[in-house]
Amino acid sequence: MSPPMTEPPTEPGIVLTEEQKRRRRARSLAIALSLGALVLLVYIVTVVKLGPGVLNRPL
Amino acid sequence: MSLASESTDLAPALSGDLPYAEPSMAGVGDYLALMKPRVMSLVVFTALVGLMVAPGHFHPVLAFFALLCIAVGAGAAGALNMWYDADIDAVMSRTAARPVPAGRVQPGEALAFGMTLAVGSVVFLGLMVNWLAAGLLAFTIAFYAVIYTMWLKRWTPQNIVIGGAAGAFPPMIGFAAATGGIGLESILLFLIIFFWTPPHFWALGLLRADEYARAGVPMLPVVAGVAETRRQILIYSLVLAPVGMSPWLLGYAGLAYGIVAIVGGALMVALAWQLLRAPAGAAADPAAKRLFTYSILYLFVLFAVLLIEQVLGLRQFGAISIGVFS
Repeated sequence: MSPPMTEPPTEPGIVLTEEQKRRRRARSLAIALSLGALVLLVYIVTVVKLGPGVLNRPL
Repeated sequence: MSLASESTDLAPALSGDLPYAEPSMAGVGDYLALMKPRVMSLVVFTALVGLMVAPGHFHPVLAFFALLCIAVGAGAAGALNMWYDADIDAVMSRTAARPVPAGRVQPGEALAFGMTLAVGSVVFLGLMVNWLAAGLLAFTIAFYAVIYTMWLKRWTPQNIVIGGAAGAFPPMIGFAAATGGIGLESILLFLIIFFWTPPHFWALGLLRADEYARAGVPMLPVVAGVAETRRQILIYSLVLAPVGMSPWLLGYAGLAYGIVAIVGGALMVALAWQLLRAPAGAAADPAAKRLFTYSILYLFVLFAVLLIEQVLGLRQFGAISIGVFS
């Protein structure tokens, strides 16, 4: 049988320093920008590949 | 992977002493460094030349996308190389400050980054351009990361001869992206880089022989000695010079390229001969450094002239395409 639940730990765990937070923010921003650029690129390349055919569909 | 086994020279984050994963201190610049931007620029340039010498029309947007995928694929190979070689990099002054041995990027982060980019670049190149180019890119990444980095580099002094194929593939990938096939032109470009790699890297190896020995990497100067390395450099330079002329001799390049290839190849052989005749010891360092620096210029100028001729329409016999697999 598992032991009864005790009080939540009082230690704060890993606390990021300001520098670590700043770098994490920069990494997150870089990932967001890269993904945004990828979406845009894939859209443009798709339009280029389809060419005029992109409009050629039954309404 | 042998990162944890020789932990004395490694950063604490690599030694496995920490009971938990430390919050990452990696900056965006560290991830860019993992992609070996200088190598990547050469890869993009040679791939661009392969793409441009291809016959037929290739839409500029698709060409840009293909080059981007090739660049990212090269970056992925670089990141996987830095992940696996962190133990070697840590004991060599030239590479000790790289993100993984310096402890700024965790090995797992480098591995995940490399794998993500590798899969992403291959899949997008296949979906958006063609699957032959994507297959060649996948083979190149695997060849560099697995065959060269994990196997050849630590096993045989022929590591950079065979492994050099990985660096020689980009123009072939560019050509395949543009045509969907593999032409003789792209095979010639492959051969130029393939035979250029040994004299280029062995010149560097002569300058860094003690560091390679300390890291346990069996580079030719470490295993076979300085004299044999100089002899091999001359032999490969003698092969490289006519191979460099071959696009002109076979009618794929114009007269300007022919002249540059003849003069450039002769200079390459002359510098290799000078290195062979140089006195033993540190007195030969300037000759090795000269050859190393010149080899970069030689390759760059050859490909640049090919590109300029193509752009200006100066090719002697026009675009003769012999599609081997197209």
